[in-house]
Amino acid sequence: MKAGDLGELALRNLREAVLRSSLTTLGVAVGVASLVAWLSLGIGLQALATKRLSNSGLFDTVIVTQRRSLQSMRRGPAESSPAKNARALDDDAKKEFERLPNVVEVYSQVRFPTEVRYNGTPYSTIVAGIPESARGNGSFDGIQGGFFSGANADEAILQIEFARDLSTQPSSLIGKDLIVRYAERQALPPEAGRTPGGHAADRETGGFSIVPREKKLRIVGIIETEPAAGFGGFGSGRLLIPLEVASSLRAAQVNDLRDAVRAPTGKPVYASLTVRAKSASLVGGIETAIKTMGFGTFSLQDATKSLEVFFRIFDMLLFIFGSLALAVATLGIINTLVMAILERRREIGILKALGAADRDVKQLFFVEASVMGLLGGVLGVVFGWLVGRAVTFGINVYLKRQSLPPTDVFSVPFWLVLLAIVLAVLVSLAAGLYPASRAAKLNPVEALRYE
Amino acid sequence: MTTSNGVAVHADRVSRHYEMGAAVIRAVDDVSLEVRSGEFVALLGSSGSGKSTLLNLMAGLDRPTGGAIFANGRNLSELSSLELARYRSRTVGMVFQSFNLLPRMTLEENVELPLRLAEVDRAERGARVQEALERVRLEKRLTHRPSELSGGEQQRAALARALVNRPTLLFADEPTGNLDSATGESIMLLLKEIQQKLGMTIVMVTHERPLAERFADRIAALADGKLLTDGVKS
Repeated sequence: MKAGDLGELALRNLREAVLRSSLTTLGVAVGVASLVAWLSLGIGLQALATKRLSNSGLFDTVIVTQRRSLQSMRRGPAESSPAKNARALDDDAKKEFERLPNVVEVYSQVRFPTEVRYNGTPYSTIVAGIPESARGNGSFDGIQGGFFSGANADEAILQIEFARDLSTQPSSLIGKDLIVRYAERQALPPEAGRTPGGHAADRETGGFSIVPREKKLRIVGIIETEPAAGFGGFGSGRLLIPLEVASSLRAAQVNDLRDAVRAPTGKPVYASLTVRAKSASLVGGIETAIKTMGFGTFSLQDATKSLEVFFRIFDMLLFIFGSLALAVATLGIINTLVMAILERRREIGILKALGAADRDVKQLFFVEASVMGLLGGVLGVVFGWLVGRAVTFGINVYLKRQSLPPTDVFSVPFWLVLLAIVLAVLVSLAAGLYPASRAAKLNPVEALRYE
Repeated sequence: MTTSNGVAVHADRVSRHYEMGAAVIRAVDDVSLEVRSGEFVALLGSSGSGKSTLLNLMAGLDRPTGGAIFANGRNLSELSSLELARYRSRTVGMVFQSFNLLPRMTLEENVELPLRLAEVDRAERGARVQEALERVRLEKRLTHRPSELSGGEQQRAALARALVNRPTLLFADEPTGNLDSATGESIMLLLKEIQQKLGMTIVMVTHERPLAERFADRIAALADGKLLTDGVKS
């Protein structure tokens, strides 16, 4: 029989037993919906975790340091020097890192202790410079107030615990000014000291002196969580200011003391640089490239791999769990088609008497099974998506009541839609195997005798 | 289609035995019968005589357990399942006592069904259905379902369905069994007309001797699976 005729006859047969066909299709739809809902939950949670972790900067950054030989380290800091094949972590290296593929940005860490004066009361804390790129990466999701108005704005974002130290009503701090007192590093003329390997600002100098300074900043935001742009990043900073502003302050940093006593190299170098990749999966390649260039690197790439393995297993478990309903639906299809054989036994006999081959009868049952599978698959995807939306809505109502930002824990990517529909059709075809071959093997004489 | 000597179907020492536990039912036992092209043969016998079984064997609906049936110049026993289906589709037309129309299809769809199975082009089907229905004078009942037709009309529709693929052999299993005598006679007249106009070979099973004597060219009588007499009607 031609495909068009086969399809027409199959649809006609399904229409004739519309209640049973619909219920079977609904069974498949529930099975597929269960599968889609569970898998989309797994994918959604993975995406959420990945996004959060990616935003945290723990997994998409490489910390680059100047490579030093172990021997030189044993000699002590005063005599320590870069390993033979090591290169200086200077501006040239920074530019090279920026040119590497898949690198989003390269910046140096700026973090220094400070004394904050607010309403005449002093508070000790740590200031951290925040790169402009942090604006869009989600680290500041759920911020009260807003992000810095510009890369050079004299503005500050407070970590909530520090804000609570300043005021019992942290939100009232937004728009208020505070004073930051810090130690500015001022370069000394060459004869006053030796050239350190510490900071670009001290190039061609003999060291630096410390001068107390003040800076007025306007509070623009308060953040609940502590944004950590990398394990060596601005984590632990409780007063956050734009990186460019932080750099321009030329505040003395912890490393400065160590660098001040190191042997001079004649070239300004950074203590460390943070290289951020487009995504966590690209960190490995960047790390290898930087190592080849003669620098020491550190990343948490292994941790991302463990996370990936965890979610693979998690997804697999959800797939198995979600498939149980589909397995039950498969039994429904088998039952429907076996019943159809009993009901249509005489009809099968007539078809055979009129010239239908065994394969025509078999194909007819297969098409009926696959139509139920296809419709069930499409409906199931819609149901699964609706379940996801409904659960997400419920979660967000709960989160809102808890004053937490809304989130989407379900994700239905296009491949999942395709997978669910293809799986539904394949499962239906498999379910149709036994009934179809049984129908095809019916003896026409016996089938015609059946009343 | 006939063999070179003008034989349309030839049953050569055909047997169809069924095993029921330890017992063997000999539904057809060592029967030989030749049906010539264009001939109208009646298989006459009482219930259980094996006439329908013999008809089913000749129509390719069943396979013999012994002997051979030649149709179209080929031994049906040696045909594959697919080849046998093609034989039923293209060479044979079947009419049953209980009409066997599909109740949820219209008359037109019922008659079109063999064309679908024979993979006849869609464009050609309409005319073929119309032609078959005109032959049985039901061309105005295209959209009716079987339940909306009388018994005689249903049998005529079944006849149209049997003719639509233009077969050379028509097998009719008690075609008047479910009809009153007047309607039955009209169906027999129609069969005779088809035989004469189309030159079709017809093998009809019946247990009504008068009907067989009146319309068939030859009567083969069976009893207990054996052929009793085979000859021109008395």
